[in-house]
This record gives sequence, C-alpha cells and structure tokens, in this order.
Amino acid sequence: MKQAISLEDAIALIPDGASVMVGGFMGVGAPRRLIRALAAAGRKNLTLITNDTAIPGEGPGPLISGGCVARLITSHIGKNPEAQAQMLSGQIEVELVPQGTLVERIRAAGVGLGGVLTQTGLGTLVEDGKQVVKIDGQRWLLETPIQADFALIRARRCDYVGNLEYTLTAHNFNPIMAMAGATVIAEPDEIVPLGVIPPDAVKTPGLLVDHVLRRAC
Amino acid sequence: MDAKELIARRVAQEIPAGAIVNLGIGLPSMVANYLPVDLGVFFQAENGVIGLGARPPEGMEDINLTDAGGGFVSAVPGAAAIDSAMSFGLIRGRHLDITVLGGMQVDARGRLANWMVPGQMVAGMGGAMDLVVGAKQVIVAMAHANKGVSKIVPDCTLPITAPRRVSLIVTELAVIRPEDDGLHLIETAPGVTVDDVRAATEADLIVTGDVPEMRM
Repeated sequence: MKQAISLEDAIALIPDGASVMVGGFMGVGAPRRLIRALAAAGRKNLTLITNDTAIPGEGPGPLISGGCVARLITSHIGKNPEAQAQMLSGQIEVELVPQGTLVERIRAAGVGLGGVLTQTGLGTLVEDGKQVVKIDGQRWLLETPIQADFALIRARRCDYVGNLEYTLTAHNFNPIMAMAGATVIAEPDEIVPLGVIPPDAVKTPGLLVDHVLRRAC
Repeated sequence: MDAKELIARRVAQEIPAGAIVNLGIGLPSMVANYLPVDLGVFFQAENGVIGLGARPPEGMEDINLTDAGGGFVSAVPGAAAIDSAMSFGLIRGRHLDITVLGGMQVDARGRLANWMVPGQMVAGMGGAMDLVVGAKQVIVAMAHANKGVSKIVPDCTLPITAPRRVSLIVTELAVIRPEDDGLHLIETAPGVTVDDVRAATEADLIVTGDVPEMRM
C-alpha cells in the first residue's frame, strides 16, 4: 500500500540541481500541480527532460518562466518563445533530440539497455559527435540512455498500490518515464480502491511508483 | 481557391483508401478536410492516437484528446490510443503509409529542411526526423516561395531533416517529383505555365513532354 504524499512534501524531495523528467505533450498529460509547485518553490539549475516546452504557462512552461532550468533535453521548443529566448541567450543549455529517439533513450534507461540504434538523425546535425555502428552494411546511430533523479508522471487513475492507468493522448511519455526515474512521483486525476483498475488496464505497475500525490481537494 | 486550399486539395488526391496517414501541423492538417469520409483513412498523430476525428463542438472537447499541435480533436470508431514509444515505433518501423509535412526548403536531391534556421528560429525537430526516415511515403506540402525567395533550391542551405529523398512536393504552383536525376515537374497549377514555375524555382526542373495541369 502506498501513502499519499502532500504537494509540499513531494516538492521537498526534489533539490536544486536535480534532473527531472516531466510527462506531457503540449501540456496534455503533464503533471501540472507538481510543475507549478516546483516552479513556485524557486528550484534552480534543474535538468529538465520533457518532450516539448508547450506554450508559456502550460506543461513544463512554468519551470521555464521561473528560470528553474539550466539544462533542457527535449524535441521541440518552437511554441515557447521564453524557452527559445533562454536558449539563444545561453541561459539554458538545450539538447534537441528527435522525438522518437528521445522516448527510446528514456525507455532504454528504464529497461536496462545500454543504448538504442536508430537511423533517425543520420546525415543531420543530430549525428555530430555520436558513434555510428555498421551492421550488415547498414549504418545506425548509437543513442545513449537518458535517466533522471525524478520522474513526474500524470496518470488518469492510481490505485492503492500505485498501479497507473492513462487516457487517450495523455499517455505520451508518462508510462515510459515512469521506468526511468530513480524516484517516481505520480500525479493521478483520481485515486481508486484496489480492483477498480483491471489488471489488463494497468500500464505502469505500482512497483515503479515511489510516491502518489494526494488528491487535489 | 486560395493557395493553401489548392495545395491541400491536391495532396488529398495522393491518399489511397485505407491508408494510415500522419499530417503535420499547419497547412498539412488541412488535407483531412478534402478527403471523402468513406475512404477509410486513419489519421495518426504522433502524440498518441490512430484515428483522429473532427474537432468536437465548443464546450464538449476532451482535454486529454488533442492532435500533435495541441488542438482539440475527437476519435473515430476503431481508434487506438498509444504511448509515445508505440507511436514512434509505428513511424520508424515502416507501419505508417504516408506523412505530409511542411517545408522550409527542399533541394535538387529531394532532401527536406524543416526544423531550424540557425541563430534565428530553433523550433526543434519534434517528430519530423522520425517521420521522414520511417514513413513509406513523404509528401511535402508548402508554399513555393517564402517572401519571394524560392524554397526549392539546388542544395539546402538550412540543416536538413533527413538525407532521404522525399516522395513528392506539392506547392501552389506545381507538383514536383524528386528522382535520381533531379526534380521532375509533373503538374502545374491551373493557369500556371511551365515557364512560370521555372522562373519561381531556384533549382533546375526536368520537364518531359507536355506537363499536365492539376485536376482540381
């Protein structure tokens, strides 16, 4: 059985300088209570790993606006002028990663693989500085795992052992990141008794979840 | 008919019944408006849905169901919701029939650049690199020129999205098919001559015989 953790206690776990994975795609399926509280707490020098920086105020936007992020690993910042400005001014060091490669690098870390081989990025700027592996005459780019100190996961429902269920396009990176964070904090829309989420519907087994955020109100 | 509608209508003609199609945000997303509903096409959006449907009525949207641009959508009967690893597994793994993407430049080798302008516009590639590498067909739907400057160039000056040769380029002036020997002009827009297209195109175009007009 998991104990629900308060927002304050959850945020207190995350120190300045931590690496933090944040689920969501253009803000959909993003753990917004955790993000807002983390930004409001004034954390600094975070390494943020997230699919995209959404628009200011949405998804991980408050962490960008709040100047909390020193390093950003992401696939897209095009809808967030603050992220672009902070990148161009050098305030944030940004590593742009193709989206399919980003999710597989995170997955690799979570499932105990030493990297992934992909043809995405070959012959482009993404290839610079990376190892190319030849297999049966085909060239593949070696992409290394990405892990994080924390993964902040938004789920539709969570039961008392931490099993998570997701919904529609709010899955995105959440179930993958839930495997790759050393400490995983789930922010479910609802907390339900055991048995309410059928075993077949569990995408993230509770053993992966360290903390469950208290219900919102 | 404005330029965007013309491009979207012409691209729609390339999509066969039953295809699995990913439409980029902006102009490419308009293609869905010009397909017969009974064509059985499933639209995949890389944020995790196969079977995108129309935007629901105002006030009835589901905040957990959007397209890759974050716009509200619905899902058609038979739709599937998937995570990002499955979504990009489908894309890289050659399970997607067609992707339609916008472009900043396409060059004589058919290489697309659509993700950054160094020092100015650094959007990030999002899913574009995976889509160009993995989709069975890549169609570029874009304006022929940007502020009077041809976007179809001898050699991309912007960082390319992938070295792969795209399948087709559709603009408001022409349909162009990149092949081994260069860019073939295969159709012109209504009222546009071959000379008009050549004058508006920085790259060389190969013209074989009479070039038909797009049938709209």
